[in-house]
Amino acid sequence: MAIVVKRAKLSLLEKLYFPALIGGLLITIRHFKNMFFGKTKVTMQYPEERWDEHLPPHYRGAPTLVTDEVGRERCVACQLCEFICPSRAITIHPEEIPAHEKWGKVEKRPKTFEIDMVRCIYCGMCQEVCPEQAIFLRKDYLVIGYSRKEMVHDKARLYELGGVMDGLVLKWNEKK
Amino acid sequence: MDCTQIYQIVMMPEVFLVWTSLAKILGLLGIVLGLVSYTVYAERRVSAFIQDRLGPNRVGPQGLIQPIADAFKLVLKENFMPAGVNKFFYYIAPKLSMIPAILVLAVLPFGSTLLGVPMVIAGIDIGVLWVFAVSSLGVYGIVLAGWASNSKYSFLGGIRSSSQMISYELSLGLSVIPVFMVVGTLNLPEIVLYQVKNGWLIAPFWPQGFDLAKLAENPGGAWEMVVASFAAGFSLQKLLLWVPLFLSFIVFLVSIFAETNRAPFDLPEAEQELVAGYHTEYSSMGFALFFLGEYAAMIAASGVIVTLFLGGWSLPLVPDGSAESFFGLSFVPGWLAGVLWGFVNIGVFFGKVIALLLFMIWVRWTVPRFRYDQLMKLGWYFFFELALFNILLTALVLIFVP
Ligand code: SF4
Ligand code: SF4
Repeated sequence: MAIVVKRAKLSLLEKLYFPALIGGLLITIRHFKNMFFGKTKVTMQYPEERWDEHLPPHYRGAPTLVTDEVGRERCVACQLCEFICPSRAITIHPEEIPAHEKWGKVEKRPKTFEIDMVRCIYCGMCQEVCPEQAIFLRKDYLVIGYSRKEMVHDKARLYELGGVMDGLVLKWNEKK
Repeated sequence: MDCTQIYQIVMMPEVFLVWTSLAKILGLLGIVLGLVSYTVYAERRVSAFIQDRLGPNRVGPQGLIQPIADAFKLVLKENFMPAGVNKFFYYIAPKLSMIPAILVLAVLPFGSTLLGVPMVIAGIDIGVLWVFAVSSLGVYGIVLAGWASNSKYSFLGGIRSSSQMISYELSLGLSVIPVFMVVGTLNLPEIVLYQVKNGWLIAPFWPQGFDLAKLAENPGGAWEMVVASFAAGFSLQKLLLWVPLFLSFIVFLVSIFAETNRAPFDLPEAEQELVAGYHTEYSSMGFALFFLGEYAAMIAASGVIVTLFLGGWSLPLVPDGSAESFFGLSFVPGWLAGVLWGFVNIGVFFGKVIALLLFMIWVRWTVPRFRYDQLMKLGWYFFFELALFNILLTALVLIFVP
């Protein structure tokens, strides 16, 4: 069935086009004026103005590794995060902790732990899956580098970004 | 040779003409090219403000150095020539769109006089015909670019441009005929002089013979003087002529928008439909030339409108380059006063041009693009008839109202 669209009948004034044109010009000049006198709100002027203080607590920035309050690295190299990562950004090579070392009881730790920030999509799956609460998405959003290689965060960098997170997992305490 | 001999050679009429013309050409080109880059900047800034954005504001204070950065970027880019283009036409098309715009400037009187030298590069008697003849050549650049690029988008842009031309050129030419009927000459400097004497063509009322010097002698009688000057400048013929002249101003303005491919008639470019229309396949300086050509054409067209309808370099109460005193200041010698007023006149001309350019930008970011057939209809059904009727009306007024 054909649908007939009824066109509104235009009056002579409307057909002349000029009144509408002038109306339009008035609208745009009003926007110009408001902008010119700074009445219009504009987007954040990023490099100068930053949102840092207003980042919400659940903000998902760069994934990082954390140590606990006594300086033990929390990651036990179970590689769950490596497997869950949807963009396969994480590469872990585990190693055994020699029994005579302080945290020999933990048995395993990552020899290398790399997150390729070019691949990471900041989904937070790694944080969610980690049984040791060792990996957290912190508030760093300025992840930049001049080459792809620079964009790969290695273990040292991850710990540097992550810092300390206390509480939460207590099962590796010496007394236990 | 000593100094007097050199002076004599320099002041020989032919030699004098050559070097003053060269100086004028260099000066005008310098001003216009500077104006072009800042028109681009203004375009970006104004469009941003209209759309509640900020626009380029990083390079230099308020982004004022942006045009230079843009120029660097364009020069440093690769001049890429796609496969399958018609090399010769592809190569000359950008030049063809730039040159006519510059050539139009030759006949524009952009100031009164400086030390007795008229501020027009070529005050030829066919001034307006020259403008029309040369500026419509700019279409060839667009059509050739569209055809030679071997791309569908460019081709559509070129086709649109040629069909757009046949729909507005007619009304463009016809709409200014009333001006010549009133003024009686095609010489642009003389058209300006006529407006200096009789008031701008689009102003129905004009204070005739209002003189600041006389006012200074008798400040108390200011009001009577204003009334008397308006009465002196008034005539029934002038008031009646204002109607067709205003109509022809409107028609001419709209046609100029089409001539310079500005929105709402930017069909050949139509970035939403045709990528970038005729210059889709151009990069680096080829693209820059098109860009410069477009804006130079805008400036030239604004200059023509200002000259024909808005009084050229004149402003009421501002004397021209032959003036002998500068606000009656005694320490300014007569020749210097003339030079100063000459520069003021040049400033007035470019001030008017800039105002028109801003208006063009304002319109571009307000009005949506016309459809192909709508433009043709507007040109052929509406403006063509209006321009013809206008000529008739002017003739009737000129004959029957003394
Ligand atoms: S945030 Fe998502 S993408 Fe990034 S490393 Fe963790 S799991 Fe992978
Ligand atoms: S960060 Fe967590 S999930 Fe990943 S390897 Fe270490 S302990 Fe396992």
